[in-house]
Amino acid sequence: MSSQEVCIRTQGVTRKFHDKEVLHGISLEVRHNEIFGLLGPSGSGKTTLVKMIAGIDEATSGEVEVLGIRMPKLSMMNRIGYMAQSDAMYNELTAKENLEFFGALFGLKGATMKRRIEEVMALVNLTDHLKRPVNAYSGGMKRRLSLAIALMHEPEVLILDEPTVGIDPVLRKSIWDEFEDLSQKGTTILVTTHVMDEADKCHRLGMVRDGHLIAVGTPEALKQETGSATIEEAFLHYGGVRV
Amino acid sequence: MRIRAVIVRIARQFIHDQRTMALLVVAPLLVLSLMYLVFNGDTYQPKIGTVQLPAAITEKLTAADAKVTAYDTVEVAEAALADQEIDAFIRLDQGTAQVKLEGSDPSKNRAVMLLMQKTLQGQAASAGVAGSSNGQAVAPEFQYLHGSADMSSFDSFSPVLIGLFAFFFVFLIAGVSFLRERTSGTLERLLATPLRRWEIVVGYMAGFGIFTSLQAVLIAGFTVYALGSLMVGSFGYVLLIMLLLSLTALSFGTLLSAFANTEFQMIQFIPIVIVPQVFFSGLFDLESISPWLRWITHITPLKYGADALRGIMIRGEGWSGIALDVYVLAGLSLVFMLANVLALQKHRKI
Repeated sequence: MSSQEVCIRTQGVTRKFHDKEVLHGISLEVRHNEIFGLLGPSGSGKTTLVKMIAGIDEATSGEVEVLGIRMPKLSMMNRIGYMAQSDAMYNELTAKENLEFFGALFGLKGATMKRRIEEVMALVNLTDHLKRPVNAYSGGMKRRLSLAIALMHEPEVLILDEPTVGIDPVLRKSIWDEFEDLSQKGTTILVTTHVMDEADKCHRLGMVRDGHLIAVGTPEALKQETGSATIEEAFLHYGGVRV
Repeated sequence: MRIRAVIVRIARQFIHDQRTMALLVVAPLLVLSLMYLVFNGDTYQPKIGTVQLPAAITEKLTAADAKVTAYDTVEVAEAALADQEIDAFIRLDQGTAQVKLEGSDPSKNRAVMLLMQKTLQGQAASAGVAGSSNGQAVAPEFQYLHGSADMSSFDSFSPVLIGLFAFFFVFLIAGVSFLRERTSGTLERLLATPLRRWEIVVGYMAGFGIFTSLQAVLIAGFTVYALGSLMVGSFGYVLLIMLLLSLTALSFGTLLSAFANTEFQMIQFIPIVIVPQVFFSGLFDLESISPWLRWITHITPLKYGADALRGIMIRGEGWSGIALDVYVLAGLSLVFMLANVLALQKHRKI
């Protein structure tokens, strides 16, 4: 893989919390325009890893690079969109006010702000609920609004931590179609999931278990290599369990 | 630009959350009004029992605003005293007046003793006039450097109280909302934007500052103009001090929220951080406090605020009188803000 193709690179990344190592030397490369899925059970270290890539957390040792720049770096925040696992929004505020606030932090204003609000809300199918306070939203709606906020500033790199939890299958499909569309237009998407059927939709997958990256490859290659019919079987295979 | 976004957001949160707004504004006004009613009442009329006293003394007592009840025997008076029907009874024993007090309430004790001094001294003075030919008993004439004879307890408390309320409610609200930023995950989301740590802190100070200024104007204005508290100095200085006090509370509350994990833990700071400040703020006389405890007063922000407010409102002090307090409060706010910027490093290094 030539260095121009690489969008996100981690090199021997280790993260310790109070002497307990939760990530053990993860080396990973995500290419431009790719939808890369991090698959693993909860507690495997996915969130810790994507936080370091998003520049919120810092590796204990090893290097994280995004778009060729060593993270964490404040100026990179404008080029990265991050959606956390929790629906972090201001519940008293309306959806519009939330979008305006986060948009303004990324320097959006005036007509651009207005246009982006319309676009992202249409994307997550919440246009009719723009003026409702977030505390009147259902869980799935909050998840979608959270995604909309991450998309506001049209980031080159999108990091999504379990973006489709609690979203109904029809909408989930339309959101994945949108991810595909964004990736066609040049956005690199790093998404974590523990839903195996979602993993099939990723261009490439990284399997994480107990803080180790146990396998990387396209869903087809991973299945083929292990002689499995499903991603789940492949995961079990790499995890050391024979079916 | 980014700071402005934080300010606008905080303002909008306030507008949507009327309950918090009410706590910031209505609660202090309510408590102040109650304090006014409690401390500004008429002076207490002691209830005095008499046991076979000459009518002249009884008349004098009644004239001095006491409620006098006459008893026939000491036993009956003792019983009335035990039942708290009277605060004290007085009888004559071989020419000297014997007063027995109920004694469980120091303020009533003082009221009784003051009354006794007045009436019995008057008795002695009139005796003196009759006895000596040239002597004219000279009653001292009192003059006041500050305040006046009809200054009430409320006048003396109100500067401390308005400072306390500005401090307490702002501390609580700012602390809890900054904490919620952390527990709800929005802080993490903020840290995934180009917003700098100091911009978060400054944005918070400015956003809340708008509402605490409003609160300061309302509390001070209500106390001075509606409740008619004593006000000798400049209203502008009062506002300045209140604003500085609430900024200190703001920076202090947001800083302390870094050491709490839940709203409940934030409430737990009240007995540790707020209550001691109340004791050292000047509501109680600290002249007689142990010297080894006195140093505490120098580290409580509320004391500086209360001192300055008292100086302005009661003694009419100008800039030179409050300058030190202003510098200390501004300095403390700055230190707390810087510490908060550093504390946020726990969440994002850059």
